[in-house]
Amino acid sequence: MMEKMIFGRYVPADSIIHKMDPRSKLMIIFLFVCIIFLANNVVTYALIGIYTFFMLGLSKVPVRFLYGGLKPVLWLVLFTLVLQLFFTKEGALLFEWGPVKIYEEGVRMGIFISLRFFFLILMTSLLTLTTTPIEITDGLETLLHPLKKVRFPVHEMALMMSISLRFIPTLMQETDKIMKAQIARGVEFASGPFKERIKAVIPLLIPLFVSSFKRAEELAIAMEARGYRGGEGRTKYRQLSWQRADSFQIGLLILLTILLYLLRS
Amino acid sequence: MDISLQHVEYRYQANTPFESLAIEDVSIEIPTGIYMAIIGHTGSGKSTVLQHLNALLQPSKGTVKIGEHEIKGGQKNKNLKKVRQRVGIVFQFPEHQLFEETVEKDIIFGPLNFGVSEIEAKKRARIALKQVGLGEEILEKSPFDLSGGQMRRVAIAGVLAMEPDVLVLDEPTAGLDPRGRKEVMDMFYALHKDRNLSTILVTHSMEDAARYADQIVIMQQGKVVKKGTPEEIFSAPTELVQMGLDVPEVVRFQLKLEEKMGMKLEKIHLTIDELSSAVTDQLSRGVRS
Repeated sequence: MMEKMIFGRYVPADSIIHKMDPRSKLMIIFLFVCIIFLANNVVTYALIGIYTFFMLGLSKVPVRFLYGGLKPVLWLVLFTLVLQLFFTKEGALLFEWGPVKIYEEGVRMGIFISLRFFFLILMTSLLTLTTTPIEITDGLETLLHPLKKVRFPVHEMALMMSISLRFIPTLMQETDKIMKAQIARGVEFASGPFKERIKAVIPLLIPLFVSSFKRAEELAIAMEARGYRGGEGRTKYRQLSWQRADSFQIGLLILLTILLYLLRS
Repeated sequence: MDISLQHVEYRYQANTPFESLAIEDVSIEIPTGIYMAIIGHTGSGKSTVLQHLNALLQPSKGTVKIGEHEIKGGQKNKNLKKVRQRVGIVFQFPEHQLFEETVEKDIIFGPLNFGVSEIEAKKRARIALKQVGLGEEILEKSPFDLSGGQMRRVAIAGVLAMEPDVLVLDEPTAGLDPRGRKEVMDMFYALHKDRNLSTILVTHSMEDAARYADQIVIMQQGKVVKKGTPEEIFSAPTELVQMGLDVPEVVRFQLKLEEKMGMKLEKIHLTIDELSSAVTDQLSRGVRS
């Protein structure tokens, strides 16, 4: 059941998106998250949709895989839709059935907000699917470097991030293993009454905590043994290189921003 | 309880870019009371086979029969709890599954889940603890205060307290010192004999396979490549070496001895005692003639 998770997972492929500089990808995502709020009518949402699917196409990530992994999130999207549908009380009344009243604005908002949610999820998953965790942290560290001036611990943060990203698969494997061990001891994770299922999480979480703490300690010792002394004077093995595709992608997004700005109502 | 795997195939992460074929066309018969060893390299699919034995994994293709229960590939199967009660699995590093506040609570966790009464479960906990060679004084301790070896034994006791008919062991001695290793293996063997359990041991150790098993299955790249008694398996050592597997020390010694002394013993011997008496026999005969 952990197999289908796609968050934080890297799918290797030979695509333009995979080859891009992580700095430009991070900048694009950051900007994208901002400009998605510019969209407020059909044309602008369509533009964002086209852009998202264009990027998806470029990335060569298999759609079936993406769909499988995003399925659980789609429920969340659907939930937002329903929430908006029932609780927005503006515009003309479209439908009434007992206490349930659905207004025109509710439908509009519901569709727009869930679409916005959906595109956001799609783009951010695209980032992690096409960029190795180490690239992301390298990119982030360089991008945030100026913050060092105000004593922000950029290197430490990047290190923390790369360590946690690095251990996601390990933790998943561990979860899978302990889950199986407890299932073999008669725990039922997937069926039974809700209360029982909540209780079933304890035999899973405690071993996971214990092993995570142990692993953290071991890692700290191993790092110290290899002479780790923080980020001071540390050089990088992987050099980031900005290419034409990066400039092009940034340009494309700026174009989208301008278009959105002009076409929004 | 008989278990039988018929043409079982399993794919991990089916329908994703990470799809991989783990085992293919695996057929194994495990009759009641047998001690079977499954050997193979890491990645040969032995752990995948093991997880089919109590339906933790369900085959993509083929059939797994566990007692009267039949699990067919590509179908949803319910009521697996009954199966799981009768097949106990000791996973690799079983101490990682401990979670309760006290040793006693952890050991009775399995039995309680399978509907055993608390009094009965506590009784079983004491028996199981004795079987794994620990004293009752640790019942009230936290499992996390124990040493690594003790934790392993407590975890094993937790599986034994379920009183399964079939015991599946996934490298139960990994990471133990040689003495602990022998103690644990001997304990499993004694249990196997006393309770007429079926035991399936997944291991890297040719020594353990040779010493305890009635039947050996060798797996390579997701397929069963060889089945037979230890004598049959180890009588063709060159084949094993070609597969990148080891031969037990005793057998290696016998082969070397035969080569150096220019003699040939009647059969392959699997224990030091057997071999030494066979060699003395041969030598004394040699002197007489």
